[in-house]
Amino acid sequence: MSLMKRMSLIFKSKASNALDRAEDPRQTLDYSYQRQVELLSKVRRGVADVATSRKRVELQVNQLVQQENKLTEQAQKALSMNREDLAREALTRKSALSGQITDLRAQQAQLQGEEEKLTLASQRLQAKVESFRTRKETIKASYTAAEAQTRINEAFSGISEEMGDVGLAVQRAEDKTATMQARAGAIDELIASGALDDASSINRGDDISRELEAMSSQSDVESELAALKATSAPASIEAPDSTTPAELTAEENEPHHQEGQS
Amino acid sequence: MIVRILGEGQREVADSELDGLNALDATLERAVEADDVDAFTGALLGLLDAVRSAGAPLADDSLEDSDLILPPSDATIDEVRALLNDDGLIPG
Repeated sequence: MSLMKRMSLIFKSKASNALDRAEDPRQTLDYSYQRQVELLSKVRRGVADVATSRKRVELQVNQLVQQENKLTEQAQKALSMNREDLAREALTRKSALSGQITDLRAQQAQLQGEEEKLTLASQRLQAKVESFRTRKETIKASYTAAEAQTRINEAFSGISEEMGDVGLAVQRAEDKTATMQARAGAIDELIASGALDDASSINRGDDISRELEAMSSQSDVESELAALKATSAPASIEAPDSTTPAELTAEENEPHHQEGQS
Repeated sequence: MIVRILGEGQREVADSELDGLNALDATLERAVEADDVDAFTGALLGLLDAVRSAGAPLADDSLEDSDLILPPSDATIDEVRALLNDDGLIPG
């Protein structure tokens, strides 16, 4: 027997097992409806859970991208200060981050897909639950034992199959989300511990930053010193003081004006 | 004939498509039995694509049960085996 046929028989046997449990078929209808409503709210919770996980991963991606950009800037700064060793270190750390980012983006896409699937599943289930409720009330209103069983069976097997499907979908989404949440938790811990992004954590100075800062504060001292010297001996300086930039700009601009006019 | 793809919903497929679908189904079944993951993935996606292109979606509020049921597109070979053996995967 074909695989698709076998699978449908398994779903059918689940449905008829559930139906056999109740003595009065009308009770089965109410009981089933109650379970449908429960499942519906479970699917909706599932959608919300997956969305939360997706947002968490998005946040992590943003954090890591920020850190990646910072490392690029650090590498540029280090190079401009002729510190190729520091630039290399920054780029090495950046490439480790890039791998994490690619991985997280894949997870993000997967979670997005799960979210969409579950949203559609909840819409389908909701339509079926409403349809079932209408049919249930009709059956109960015109209940005669002779015809009830067939009509109940009909209504019941369709919705029961849907419930099996949706239940399975929620379960699979939960499993996937749980795995990703564990990984997201691990990345949060790595970020918190500073192991992943030692070179670029935003609030705390890291070794590359510290070294670059030390170098630039040294050069700040030099330029301030030069500026002080400039006030006492204006002709002998190269570093800017408060008046120099304006003068420089004026001097730079003049030749352009002349070219433009001629 | 109504075909359900788990996780995607039901489709109404003309009976004339059955032979084609059965051939694809047989390939899938062989892959599951042989535990051939590569063949399994190709066969599953091929079968699902055939159902999707051959059938129109059934209305969401329909309460009809399906004649045939297919695994979700991202199912693993182990999941399919568990579904077929009814290892408690299907809630209910």
